[in-house]
Amino acid sequence: MDDLTRILKGLPFFEGFADEHLALLVGCARNERATAGSFLFREGQDATTFYLIREGSVSLNIHAPGQGPLIVQTVSENEPLGWSWLFPPYTWHFDARVEQDARMVVFDGLCLRTKCDKDPVFGYELIKRFSRIMTQRIEALSFQLMDVYGERS
Amino acid sequence: MANAPDLMAESAVLAEAPDPMRPRLFRIAKFTHNTHDTFTVALEDLETGAGIGFRPGQFNMVYLYGVGEIPISISGDPQDRSVVIHTTRAVGTVTKAMRSMRKGDTLGLRGPYGVPWPVDRARGRDVVIVAGGIGLAPLRPVLYHCLAHRNEMNKLVLLYGTRSPVDILYREELESWRARFDLDVYVSVDRGMEGWHGNVGFVSTLIAKAPFDAGNTTAYLCGPEVMMRVCATELIKRGVPDHELFVSMERNMKCGIGFCGHCQLGPVFICKDGPVFPYPRMRNLLSPWEL
Ligand SMILES: Cc1cc2nc3c(=O)[nH]c(=O)nc-3n(C[C@H](O)[C@H](O)[C@H](O)COP(=O)(O)OP(=O)(O)OC[C@H]3O[C@@H](n4cnc5c(N)ncnc54)[C@H](O)[C@@H]3O)c2cc1C
Ligand code: FES
Repeated sequence: MDDLTRILKGLPFFEGFADEHLALLVGCARNERATAGSFLFREGQDATTFYLIREGSVSLNIHAPGQGPLIVQTVSENEPLGWSWLFPPYTWHFDARVEQDARMVVFDGLCLRTKCDKDPVFGYELIKRFSRIMTQRIEALSFQLMDVYGERS
Repeated sequence: MANAPDLMAESAVLAEAPDPMRPRLFRIAKFTHNTHDTFTVALEDLETGAGIGFRPGQFNMVYLYGVGEIPISISGDPQDRSVVIHTTRAVGTVTKAMRSMRKGDTLGLRGPYGVPWPVDRARGRDVVIVAGGIGLAPLRPVLYHCLAHRNEMNKLVLLYGTRSPVDILYREELESWRARFDLDVYVSVDRGMEGWHGNVGFVSTLIAKAPFDAGNTTAYLCGPEVMMRVCATELIKRGVPDHELFVSMERNMKCGIGFCGHCQLGPVFICKDGPVFPYPRMRNLLSPWEL
């Protein structure tokens, strides 16, 4: 088993993935590092990748007019980052800034989409995992927006 | 006549018993502003010059003359009886008046009251403390207790969520706890801003990241009801048995000792049956959330 396969097998995000599907993933993946302060992507850029953070952390920033960047979420060890590569218009809606030096696996979105189209079972397995993550993120964001620590009205 | 009650003796005892509704006078020995809307007072009994004994999770009824009386948890170290510590968030009439007090001013206290956190239950287990906003204050005594009895439990984890970096309570203490090798501290804010390099996300998202053996964990939760509900659900999802979860409840109070019914929630009085309850007892009484 090569290094990348071993790494992916150990990530909770891919738990239960069949070996042949892991092999498809590995074909689209590479290891990368990024230093604190750098950006993985910027709002409006083409979304061609997704990331699995193995170490370090990355923040997602939005820009509200007249305000500085607002951090809405951080992604850290063992968590996936980015699903805009899955849906048209394939553009990022956030800036992703590395907060702590990061090691990650980077997946080529176009390569993955092509494999999903060819092998719908593989595609379904991947979409199931992203749907779960999206639901969790939307739920967490809703609680953040509720401002539960504000004064009771 | 041999069995007739000795009315004279009984009324003498009653006359000597302290009136549970009469506050004792305390002087502010130290006043600290923690954040833009929270502050901490260290109080000394005017008569004894000392604090009072209490158990983690208990509260005092704090009386400001001419303003009103409110329940505030004791947030100091249960081992330290030299002062009584209260950390308060200024939200309304009494708490805002309290914020304008200074060292040397006096106020009234009744207490300590209420059912404490069952800290002895943590022996031989992992302990997870989940605090939201000002909810860290009632849980700080649990942390002091656990640190003083550190060898009695396995992992000790603090998960703390608050609104934004400027709302982080006990910042310096959190830093010193974070530096310890025998305590895992995770802090998350709902809204990050430039210069903040820590976690951003609802406190419940920390539960999946923290290292603890869910099946052998006791968890103590305090914060807004929605937060406690969401976090309890996440902890149970991770495998913590629901009877090992404890929550602290808040309701407006008047007497604080089970007389007036002001704090009634369903079948319980928060002041005397709580404020700390096993989660299964509160599950259906905590405010619901809908998405
Ligand atoms: C057992 C127990 C322990 C408590 N421990 C603490 C503690 O350690 N520290 C602490 O700061 N508070 C604590 N509280 C809450 C505290 O009692 C209330 O914040 C206080 O009663 C508010 O009184 P007030 O006169 O300042 O506000 P009021 O004038 O009664 O209320 C003014 C406004 O503030 C809002 N408000 C009232 N209470 C709260 C609240 N808790 N949170 C947000 N908004 C509120 C009201 O809805 C209203 O809009 C505890 C409550 C209980 C029941
Ligand atoms: S406050 Fe009076 S019964 Fe609880």
